[in-house]
Amino acid sequence: MIPELGHFALWLAVGVTLALGTVPLIGAQRGRADWMALARPATHVLLALILFAFFCLLASFVRNDFSVLNVASNSNSELPTMYRIAASWGSHEGSLMLWLLMQAGWAWAVAAFSRNLPLPMLARILSVMGLLTLSFLLFVLFTSNPFDRVFPVPLDGRDLNPQLQDPGMIFHPPMLYMGYVGLSVAFAFAVAALIGGNLDTQWARWSRPWTTVAWAFLTFGIALGSWWAYYELGWGGWWFWDAVENASFMPWLVATALIHSLAVAEKRGSFKNWTVLLAILGYSLALLGTFLVRSGVITSVHSFASDPARGAFILMMMGVTVAAALTLYAWRAPRIGLGARFGMLSRETMLLANNVLLIVAMAAVMLGTLYPLILDAFGLGKISVGPPYFNAVYVPIMAVLMFFMGVGPLSRWKNDSLPALAVRLRWAAGVAVVSAALTAWGSGGIGFGGFVGLLMAYWILYTVVAEIWDRVQPSAATALGGSTVWQRLGQLPRASVGMWVAHAGTAMFVFGVTMVSVYDIEKDVAMGMGESTTVRGYTFTYQGSRPVNGPNYEAIRGHLIVTRDGQQVSELYPEKRVYRVQRMPMTEAAIDTRWHGDLYVQMGEPLAQDKWLVRIWVKPFVTWIWIGCMFMGLGGIWAITDRRYRQRVTRSSTAPTGAAGAAV
Amino acid sequence: MRVDRRLVAWLLPLGVALLLALLAASHSAAREAAPASADPALEARVQRVASELRCLVCQNETIAASNAELAVDLRNQVREMLRAGQSEREVFDYMTDRYGDFVLYRPPLNNATLALWFGPFVLLVLGLLSLWWMLRRRNRLPPDRFEADENP
Amino acid sequence: MKRLRFLWPLALFLGVVVLLFAGLGLNPREVPSPLIGKPAPAFALPKLHAPEQTIRRDDLLGKVWMLNVWASWCAPCQEEHPLVLDIAKRNLVAVYGLNYKDQGDAARRWLARLGDPYVATLVDADGRIGIDYGVYGVPETFIIDRQGQIRFKHTGPLTPDVLRTRIEPLLKELQGAG
Repeated sequence: MIPELGHFALWLAVGVTLALGTVPLIGAQRGRADWMALARPATHVLLALILFAFFCLLASFVRNDFSVLNVASNSNSELPTMYRIAASWGSHEGSLMLWLLMQAGWAWAVAAFSRNLPLPMLARILSVMGLLTLSFLLFVLFTSNPFDRVFPVPLDGRDLNPQLQDPGMIFHPPMLYMGYVGLSVAFAFAVAALIGGNLDTQWARWSRPWTTVAWAFLTFGIALGSWWAYYELGWGGWWFWDAVENASFMPWLVATALIHSLAVAEKRGSFKNWTVLLAILGYSLALLGTFLVRSGVITSVHSFASDPARGAFILMMMGVTVAAALTLYAWRAPRIGLGARFGMLSRETMLLANNVLLIVAMAAVMLGTLYPLILDAFGLGKISVGPPYFNAVYVPIMAVLMFFMGVGPLSRWKNDSLPALAVRLRWAAGVAVVSAALTAWGSGGIGFGGFVGLLMAYWILYTVVAEIWDRVQPSAATALGGSTVWQRLGQLPRASVGMWVAHAGTAMFVFGVTMVSVYDIEKDVAMGMGESTTVRGYTFTYQGSRPVNGPNYEAIRGHLIVTRDGQQVSELYPEKRVYRVQRMPMTEAAIDTRWHGDLYVQMGEPLAQDKWLVRIWVKPFVTWIWIGCMFMGLGGIWAITDRRYRQRVTRSSTAPTGAAGAAV
Repeated sequence: MRVDRRLVAWLLPLGVALLLALLAASHSAAREAAPASADPALEARVQRVASELRCLVCQNETIAASNAELAVDLRNQVREMLRAGQSEREVFDYMTDRYGDFVLYRPPLNNATLALWFGPFVLLVLGLLSLWWMLRRRNRLPPDRFEADENP
Repeated sequence: MKRLRFLWPLALFLGVVVLLFAGLGLNPREVPSPLIGKPAPAFALPKLHAPEQTIRRDDLLGKVWMLNVWASWCAPCQEEHPLVLDIAKRNLVAVYGLNYKDQGDAARRWLARLGDPYVATLVDADGRIGIDYGVYGVPETFIIDRQGQIRFKHTGPLTPDVLRTRIEPLLKELQGAG
């Protein structure tokens, strides 16, 4: 009964989104306040329905209802409860339910937190979001219904893929989808503004918090995915430029460009065309990612079961959604105003240079990801494009971006001069070079690439410090009162503090990536009882292994003691598991995270009696990669709590504007 | 007072850099004891080459990372060839002769892949040039084309 | 018209959609063999049923023959085996087996149980020859012509469809000539 109720709720939701997607939209065009007023309550109903459907699916998993095909395919009675819950979004169908939930949730959030938006604008935004939800509802109901029953009912399920039986599974997809779907908010803001014909600095100011939060979640989601792959998959790496990783990274690059472009649009009212295009592009890439993962068009370690029929549906969905938005853009863009002027050398220009670099980086990633498909489609053979290509192409672009990341915040808005800018930069430049050299020398030698990486990390860090220093000076120019440095520090606007935290997080990320790329070392050793090996000053001694029983797996657990200079530093228990139902062998690496590096050990293959091939890594500063990402996201969230986003709109007219209105 | 600030401005960051350097140095190669495996230099080369070769029976993994039988066999093949003194180029050729270009994670540079390898660089140059050109053109427009500055 | 330049994002996007649509009809996991049209790699392997005897690649020059790579531990090999038996029974072509990374006893038992369509089965115990032939998944099937050149490779179990549309026409062509 419960699955049928859930299914029914989805159909009801179709009705609601049809209404939500049309009535308020037409109401905004015609000036009908009562039609527009339908939007808010409609989002409440929509969220309730989808939440209900989602809980129906969850309940089926928790209750081990194997008559539901999705439960039978992805769960098992021996699966621990929390993984039964995670399994509900572990499959293609289930993950789409999660997507739908996010879509409804974000729409509700926009309705709830946008008291200061004029009604026509809000109506249009919610209508667009309703239409996007409708397309996903149709996709689920027609091709990917999670509530399908199976008959005869199997006695037990096929179990969740062992690689997904991990806490990472509980957090990574929800975070990631919050990000993807959050980009639909930016998309809706852009499309609504194009429909209404008014793209002004207010639009930029309203869009910014939503876009930034979506970006922050996407950052967390990608970082979690990378960290999870690192500790769960046991190959020692943290990024493979796999098609699915790229599918999440491309929207992130665009979203980063977008939050910076919105800064220019908000400040000067300029480059609104470009900003709108980025907002459309961000969500389009999220849709593209969904397509790539589910259609079987590209080989990936991560793809759901590939199905060209479903692929065709998503492609059509994406085609219609994005083509409509881009046509709207082509129609409205010529009349969007130029905004205010700014000089050739100014913070605006620096932000736009940042945009160019991020978009080129995105294009490079897209080129690499789709190139095998391009050649295959033209009958030019089959190639692979992997990490060697992406690293070769992406890293130099990022190095240039990082240079601008330092220059940008220290340049003045509107107009700056090269000599003045150089003076402001010279301390950071000097200190960065010396610091990089010092760290390189102290670490024991580093190549050119490593030195550049360190240089960029320090450069970003010290330009942030320089800007804080600048802003904290007592002077009439800064609006900060307070007689001590600490008081003035406390008064710095959250938007700026958030930016500094996010940029410092980036510096930390770059530092971690550089150090682990240069100094990562792996050693594969055949170890018998009591034998030891030394890697970078750490001595690993093998103490044997014993069988262990888990809730739904059997394992061999190895035991290693790690010492350094004679002192015991760590005890590690790597496991080699076989999950009972899927008979899939899994390695659980044992990782000791210290704040200057990780000790990472994996059981390789059994050799003779109690002799195992053990794989040992020492990875300096690897955790800084994900902690850096965490600060990036947190900085973004802090920034949007700034006072200016909580101000009520002061525009006098809340009367609905028709399509015939001029651009500004 | 001025001298003090300058001193702090340099000593503090250099102190940070030194601290990080010392932390990194604790992982340095200088402290390495005698390695257990027979030829770590060879192993390192095998790893490097193997990490650029695709495991064909896996979804998307290198033969360095994969535990599949074919991956182990091919890793051994790589090791043998390198030990026999063959070059990395020869190992890659050996693999592509049998499995095609698909097995290389570093795509070859040929007529079909020119756009792939040079595309990003060309896009970068074009992008930055377009920005430059657009900004110049914009700044040459008469002031009435612009809107009022809401944040002067 | 100035307006037209705002259509480039749409145009670009539609191009990508067309590409992806074409992609839906392709299979990214299908790896074409670079050995087609090249001489079959040399080998000198013992026979499964008579290990003291060796067959060399050059021994097979002058006739068209099929190489079927199989193993007793391979489930899809069992699936395609009736088809291989059929090919042998209909005398379409001489079929030689390549027993890949297997145990001799297990292989002999497998053939005794399921039938032996092979003129001879060659033993590739360590998989070396398999690597030379670009084998990455069992079963695989090759067709070699009279001059010793590989003319066709199929990965995965043979199907009646492949037999009818690809193999039989090719065999006609190769066996008819010279």
